Amino acid sequence: MFESTELNRRNETRQKLFRIGLGTMTGILILPVVLIMSTLIYKGAPVISFEFLFTGPTKGMTAGGIFPALLGTILLVVVALLASVPLGIAAAIYLSEYASDNWFTRAINLAIINLAGVPSIVHALFGVGAFVIFFKFGTSILAASLTLAIMTLPVVIVATRESLQAVPMAFREACWNMGATRWQTIRRVVLPNAVTGILTGVILEVSRTSGETAPIMFTGAAFFLPLLPQGVLDQTMALSLHLFVVSTQVPNMPEQLPFGVALVLISMVLLMNSLSIALRMYLRGKKKW
Amino acid sequence: MQEQAGNMAIRTQKLNLWYGTFQALFDVDLDIKQGIITSMIGPSGCGKSTFLRSVNRINERLGYVRITGTIDVMGENIYDPEVELIQVRKQIGMVFQRPNPLPISIRENVLFGHHIHNAGRKTSKSEDDDIVEDALKTVLLWDKVKDKLDKKATALSLEEQQKLCIARLLPVKPGVLLMDEPCSALDPKGTEAVEELIWELRGQYTILIVTHNMAQARRASEECIFMLMGKVVEHTETGQMFVTPQHKETSDYIEGRYG
Ligand SMILES: Nc1ncnc2c1ncn2[C@@H]1O[C@H](COP(=O)(O)OP(=O)(O)OP(=O)(O)O)[C@@H](O)[C@H]1O
Ligand SMILES: [Mg+2]
Repeated sequence: MFESTELNRRNETRQKLFRIGLGTMTGILILPVVLIMSTLIYKGAPVISFEFLFTGPTKGMTAGGIFPALLGTILLVVVALLASVPLGIAAAIYLSEYASDNWFTRAINLAIINLAGVPSIVHALFGVGAFVIFFKFGTSILAASLTLAIMTLPVVIVATRESLQAVPMAFREACWNMGATRWQTIRRVVLPNAVTGILTGVILEVSRTSGETAPIMFTGAAFFLPLLPQGVLDQTMALSLHLFVVSTQVPNMPEQLPFGVALVLISMVLLMNSLSIALRMYLRGKKKW
Repeated sequence: MQEQAGNMAIRTQKLNLWYGTFQALFDVDLDIKQGIITSMIGPSGCGKSTFLRSVNRINERLGYVRITGTIDVMGENIYDPEVELIQVRKQIGMVFQRPNPLPISIRENVLFGHHIHNAGRKTSKSEDDDIVEDALKTVLLWDKVKDKLDKKATALSLEEQQKLCIARLLPVKPGVLLMDEPCSALDPKGTEAVEELIWELRGQYTILIVTHNMAQARRASEECIFMLMGKVVEHTETGQMFVTPQHKETSDYIEGRYG
């Protein structure tokens, strides 16, 4: 009565085949990541030292460290954030909490999605035209950061809007019914509950921004500078561009140095991403409704 | 505020309401007396919630709602352009089907409305304490939660949450409480407790309560309104409605022949 039939056995075999098939595909998918990381660590780790991180390049960049580039990347990201985060959050609050659904807001939403799809080299050219030339910032940290800011604005807007919309409508209704204004409702109830998602979006933006090369290449990042930048109107070196330079532009480069640079860059990105995941898990654990 | 308007808390005249092109209310004329409990019954979709939501003007948030006719609350037309929406909402509290406490502490929930309406003026801690205690005592919740006022309100049981949702309306001293099926998410014991509470509040507030539960309407209200397809069919004293309904539709509905 309970022994397996022909059909049971066929299904069982099929089941196994699918499991193995799908498992293999997943394996193939993560293989490149594993390969990249292990190569980078294997070849790059030996060059990394305190010296490497905190001194400047010497001997035509074939020796010494990466400090100006590391500092430059951090500066670029921070200035970009100062511009894009307030603007992005304000735009998202407007779109999700105030704007009514009409052709105009739909057009804006469409524009945001399209902005996210624009290739970074196009952003770079826009940055040159707008910030370097029109606003006369010259090739500078300011111009490069603003270009990065525009490029990553959609990420901030979309992440913020989604976390605002994840706050249950019932909370807003409760507030409105007690006579709270829209702003009081946002300030006291919606934002505090959306802050996790917003933070995650911001951190993701940081990690994207720090790796970009094209948008900063023409707007403010330099191959090599003997001095550290003194202000936002100076040019700067940056890790991503430095990596490009040491891997392709300089003759007689020690083989391991580019791997070291790449390892630092990717560690920065991974660190940011794990921070964002940890933060999200921590805050999600605390919140209940 | 004019007190004399025939001691009617809510008076509507020729109230019609459209969602876009769909008409949900037809010539609703109602006089709801001050200080008593009025229940509103009728089959699903007949416009009970719609009526409630137009009395505190929460409907207009949906851009496509259109209204004709008048709604007077305590003798004032609340759709008058001079009227401040915030004051309307303050005067008219609303309780929902699903308890919706805010995801903050019990204490903050009770004080939320009070602080909103006193923005700018710093309220003292002892004043706040009194308000919290008063409101929670009124809803018979004080003894249960007095030791955990700083705990999240969302961790309470549904019954307690619903009582809290009533409590947080009280500090701003509303005249009217609208309740849209306040017990339908609760178990029989919770239902009984909340009903008991609503009965306690009688006299101090004008209460309009929507319910699908005939027994509840019968037990817990003094007047009863029966609606059908957006129209008011009958509005009488509750005892009379359940014993000698004037219309055939009413008796059909009460006896459970449809809805
Ligand atoms: N936001 C809305 N947009 C369009 N139509 C709506 C909206 N809300 C309600 N309606 C329609 O208006 C009519 C009345 O709905 P309403 O929610 O007032 O009924 P109800 O009597 O409260 O029903 P229930 O007992 O199920 O809660 C229904 O036909 C409903 O489909
Ligand atoms: Mg309803």
